[in-house]
Amino acid sequence: MGPNLLSNYYETISMILFGIGFTNLFLQPNLIKKVIGLNIMDGSVYLFLAAKGFIESRVAPIIVDGITDVNAYINPIPSGLVLTGIVVSVSVTAVSLSLVQKLYKEYHTLDLDEILIKAGKEG
Amino acid sequence: MPFVANFPFFCIMITIAGGVTSSILSGKNAYRLNVLISTACFVMSGALLLFMVQNPQAITFLMGHFPAPWGNEIRFGPLEALIATTVCFVMLMMTISEKERVFQHVKSKKINLFYIMLNLLLASTLALIYTNDLFTAYVFIEINTLCACGLVMSKETGKTIAATIKYLIMSLLGSGLFLLSIILIYDLTGHLLMPNIQESMALLMHNEAYQLPITIIIGLLAVSLAIKSALFPFHTWMPNAYNRAMNISNALSSSIVMKGYIILLIKIFYRTMGIDLIQQLNVSNILFVFGLFAMIVSSFDAMRTDNIKKMLAYSSIAQIGYIYVGIGLNTTEGFVAACFIIVAHSLTKSMLFSACEGLMIVSDHSKHIKNLKGSGYRNPIAGIAFSIGAFSMIGFPLLSGFSGKFLLATAGLHNPDKMWFVLIALAFSTLLNAIYFTKVITVIYTKDDTRVTSTTISFQYKFTLTAFIIVNLLLTPYTQLITDIITSGIAVL
Repeated sequence: MGPNLLSNYYETISMILFGIGFTNLFLQPNLIKKVIGLNIMDGSVYLFLAAKGFIESRVAPIIVDGITDVNAYINPIPSGLVLTGIVVSVSVTAVSLSLVQKLYKEYHTLDLDEILIKAGKEG
Repeated sequence: MPFVANFPFFCIMITIAGGVTSSILSGKNAYRLNVLISTACFVMSGALLLFMVQNPQAITFLMGHFPAPWGNEIRFGPLEALIATTVCFVMLMMTISEKERVFQHVKSKKINLFYIMLNLLLASTLALIYTNDLFTAYVFIEINTLCACGLVMSKETGKTIAATIKYLIMSLLGSGLFLLSIILIYDLTGHLLMPNIQESMALLMHNEAYQLPITIIIGLLAVSLAIKSALFPFHTWMPNAYNRAMNISNALSSSIVMKGYIILLIKIFYRTMGIDLIQQLNVSNILFVFGLFAMIVSSFDAMRTDNIKKMLAYSSIAQIGYIYVGIGLNTTEGFVAACFIIVAHSLTKSMLFSACEGLMIVSDHSKHIKNLKGSGYRNPIAGIAFSIGAFSMIGFPLLSGFSGKFLLATAGLHNPDKMWFVLIALAFSTLLNAIYFTKVITVIYTKDDTRVTSTTISFQYKFTLTAFIIVNLLLTPYTQLITDIITSGIAVL
């Protein structure tokens, strides 16, 4: 198992990052750190996808010097998926941050536990 | 290809276009546009359903006539048509009946934004129901999440935003896991379209390769969609969010949003993994156990609370538990029962939320059950609708809830290992349902002469509740028909 992990270091690292991001999003009481966790989590999946989609010694599928051989290029779909995914996670991040801002204006803290306690007292 | 086969595509496109157009309209016009679009979607989905009843088949629709893997596909059969019709009906009825409350509680400049959310919510749910591509499903899951959050926070008070952020975080955890699992699937198989994945999966299983990753992927998929559909123990955000949000968003969230995710899960089980693989790997046992807990624990919680909105939220969680127990049984009968409960619960729970709003209006907007005393007399139509909905949830014979529980119990009998668990949990849950719902019915029909109400009930509200009552009563005589549609739908999945 050890050598496998080492030779696939991109995948290994992206899974570790996913774990970090997921735990942060789940357990961090600070809302900004939660959003950062969300971005680490999504970013790690994109890293995984981009690493999987790339093949050593090939280039992006834009025809240069008239080479039309399939084996010279990589599949563009994984990169396309990464781009789509980034768009999705940017919009989700924007919404979360605007919510955080509104909450801060209302409760003057970024600690989710405190916010929930204060909101609970309002009934 | 028959002309009706274009309807799902039309439905998704006009709802998205409606969402975009609403951004430049005034609140009133946005409302009108929304009603128009929901009606059009309901009529088109209904036409598709009629066609599917006569010719049960699965149709694959190529977007822009590009074949896979370049183009995107949607695919539908009787099951999808039935669920889409239900979803459009609920959306139409809730939009009309809750119009006054929306105009009252949402800031006047932002009313059109509220209707954008409704349009996009319908669009994304329909896309989740129809899609044949996992990455498209992921994108629409995120759209659905954002719209649902937007609806919950539409009152824009500190409390609603606090409830929303809790909901958003829980949802994002779910979507993160979903994204990871589809990327792993793509990594293993090289495909994102469901039928292609199924072929590769069958090949992998035949060669006994990658057994562990496949098990993990299915587990991740199941757990991620379970988190998103608020299965016990991932439901903690729900009672507070429901307590603080408007009833329209509660009704839409429990009748449309969560049901979309569950249908997607069923489609993934059948079309991506193949039901044989799911049965072989036994991953759905997790869902079964969580479902059993949801049925009992949430019913206890519902009994303990004195807040009617929280009570309905807990009751929704219990019903989600019923659906997951059906899925976890891992038999065709179980899936049929789950799909029937999805349809019946969507129609009943949205009626209950709408009726609950009506009862609260005539009781000084109080959410506490004891303050609703006599409200059934002050708002008769809401009282009747609430009672019918409540009896249906209890499982009173001749109502749709009874048919759902009956189908689930029968499905349980086909699976000897899990039979006793299902039957005992059903019995307990029904008993608890009966206790907390009869309590409310008794209160709303206890005469209270000290209160006189001057609130007039609008014609739209009466009309929609009557429509809900009629549809709910019609569900029972047509149970057999609906089960047949679902069975034929699952057969061609």
